[in-house]
Amino acid sequence: MDDFYRELILDHYKNPRHKGTLDPHDFSYADENPLCGDQLRIDVRLDEQQRVKEVAFTGRGCAISQASASLLTEKIEGMSLDQIKALTKDDILELLGIELTPVRLKCALLSLKVLKAGAYGLEGAQYADED
Amino acid sequence: MPVLPQRSLAECRADFPILQREVRPGVPLVYLDSTATAQKPAAVIDAMDRYYRLSNANVHRGIHTLAEEATALYEAARDRVQAFINAGSRKDVIFTRNASESINLVALTWGRRTIKSGDVIVLTEMEHHSNLVPWQMLAAETGARLEFIRVTDQGELDLEQYAQLLRLEPKLVALTHMSNVLGTINPVTEIARQAHAAGAVVLVDGAQSVPHFAVDVQTLGVDFLAFSGHKMCGPTGIGVLWGRPALLEAMPPLLGGGDMIKRVYLREFKVADRPYKFEAGTPAIAEAVGLGAAVDYLQSVGLDAIAAHEQELIAYALERLEEVPGVKVYGPSAAKKGGVAAFTLDGVHPHDVAQVLDRDGIAVRAGHHCAMPLHDRFELPATTRASFYLYNTPAEVDKLVAGLYKVKQLFG
Repeated sequence: MDDFYRELILDHYKNPRHKGTLDPHDFSYADENPLCGDQLRIDVRLDEQQRVKEVAFTGRGCAISQASASLLTEKIEGMSLDQIKALTKDDILELLGIELTPVRLKCALLSLKVLKAGAYGLEGAQYADED
Repeated sequence: MPVLPQRSLAECRADFPILQREVRPGVPLVYLDSTATAQKPAAVIDAMDRYYRLSNANVHRGIHTLAEEATALYEAARDRVQAFINAGSRKDVIFTRNASESINLVALTWGRRTIKSGDVIVLTEMEHHSNLVPWQMLAAETGARLEFIRVTDQGELDLEQYAQLLRLEPKLVALTHMSNVLGTINPVTEIARQAHAAGAVVLVDGAQSVPHFAVDVQTLGVDFLAFSGHKMCGPTGIGVLWGRPALLEAMPPLLGGGDMIKRVYLREFKVADRPYKFEAGTPAIAEAVGLGAAVDYLQSVGLDAIAAHEQELIAYALERLEEVPGVKVYGPSAAKKGGVAAFTLDGVHPHDVAQVLDRDGIAVRAGHHCAMPLHDRFELPATTRASFYLYNTPAEVDKLVAGLYKVKQLFG
């Protein structure tokens, strides 16, 4: 419990990395956690190898949701779409380095949900184009 | 049931075993979440324990001693509740699971029989979801139209706009007696008088009022009153619907099964008299016994004393909270509200506020408190809510305020 607001989380909450939007972008997705009002949008630009070249996020919400997004944007730089799709809950927990109750887990995982929805949505759009 | 001796408020904190516990070693519990559910005095816990240890049996129709005892205890609980809200008859006191079920019962029986396409139902913007969603469901089913009494910036109902809504000749006005977020105590008697003059039936959600101040259904002048046991020091799983006899009499049963019948044939049945026609199946007997004990307990302290104590606490809490830079409390002034303070702290999400306060054993709620439209009204994603009951003290308000300064330090 005393680790809950460890330096790392507070630092990312107060000084978020990659805060902002990217226009144009290769994919962008936004979602919210209506139960607590956390909101998040993640924009991604890819390079020629379809790897993450640039990423940015905007949002508002609790320290856990926003720090999780900031930490995730650091982690995914250079990642391929397949690597993004393979990210799991455990990766987020490892980034945050704390135990979370079920309620707070939803806050922590919003960033992953938004990122993966964006990544899958991009693929869906490509399929649609091929049709 | 025995009438308990008078209890003073100073003594009553010792009656709640859970308030003696530490959340973590050396960290006593500061329970400021009674609006969600109240803690239980030993008298309630013991009454339920005694029931299961000594008298457990199914109610009604039993001949043996235990069945008679269980029935007597269950029905005595109904009598306690009848007296508590000054209902004219015990037959008009229906046991349900909670206030939500009570409201749904009205929507699904009276509502389905009465409400037709195009009919207007008037609600308010400050309703708990339990007095909103059942009417949304009924409106979707019947084609009825929902209209809302607006909430002013001060957190009170806009009564001028209400007068205009009454020109639509609504069939029903359903509103909360006291907001579980703003703490606003609504002028229900006046609202009901106007509603009746316009030909509407009035349902009041008493989940937050019945536990905290004396509610008398005869002077309140409403047609239905719904409330929950667990918010008034009773157990979960038991609630009450009170209704006017003529309305209840005309309502069909909602659920069929044992206990709600007079006579059953292979292809039909004759329905039991009220209240039993609304109580199909084995009821929550131990919970009813617990609710009866809770009524006894609250009466031994005195509802007026409880209300006065909470009035002092909320006045003190508002004064102390407003000292904290960045804190904004929602709702009217202390004189117009019950013991509920929902607030925001600049730059810190309510979840983080609640999590940091929990370190010091302070239990507050963070979120929308089952009142999402009200939060939309104030353009807030969430608030932190501290709420008070008879066992809370000014020293606990001080701990809350000290905790908020810690939050500010951490996030500053």
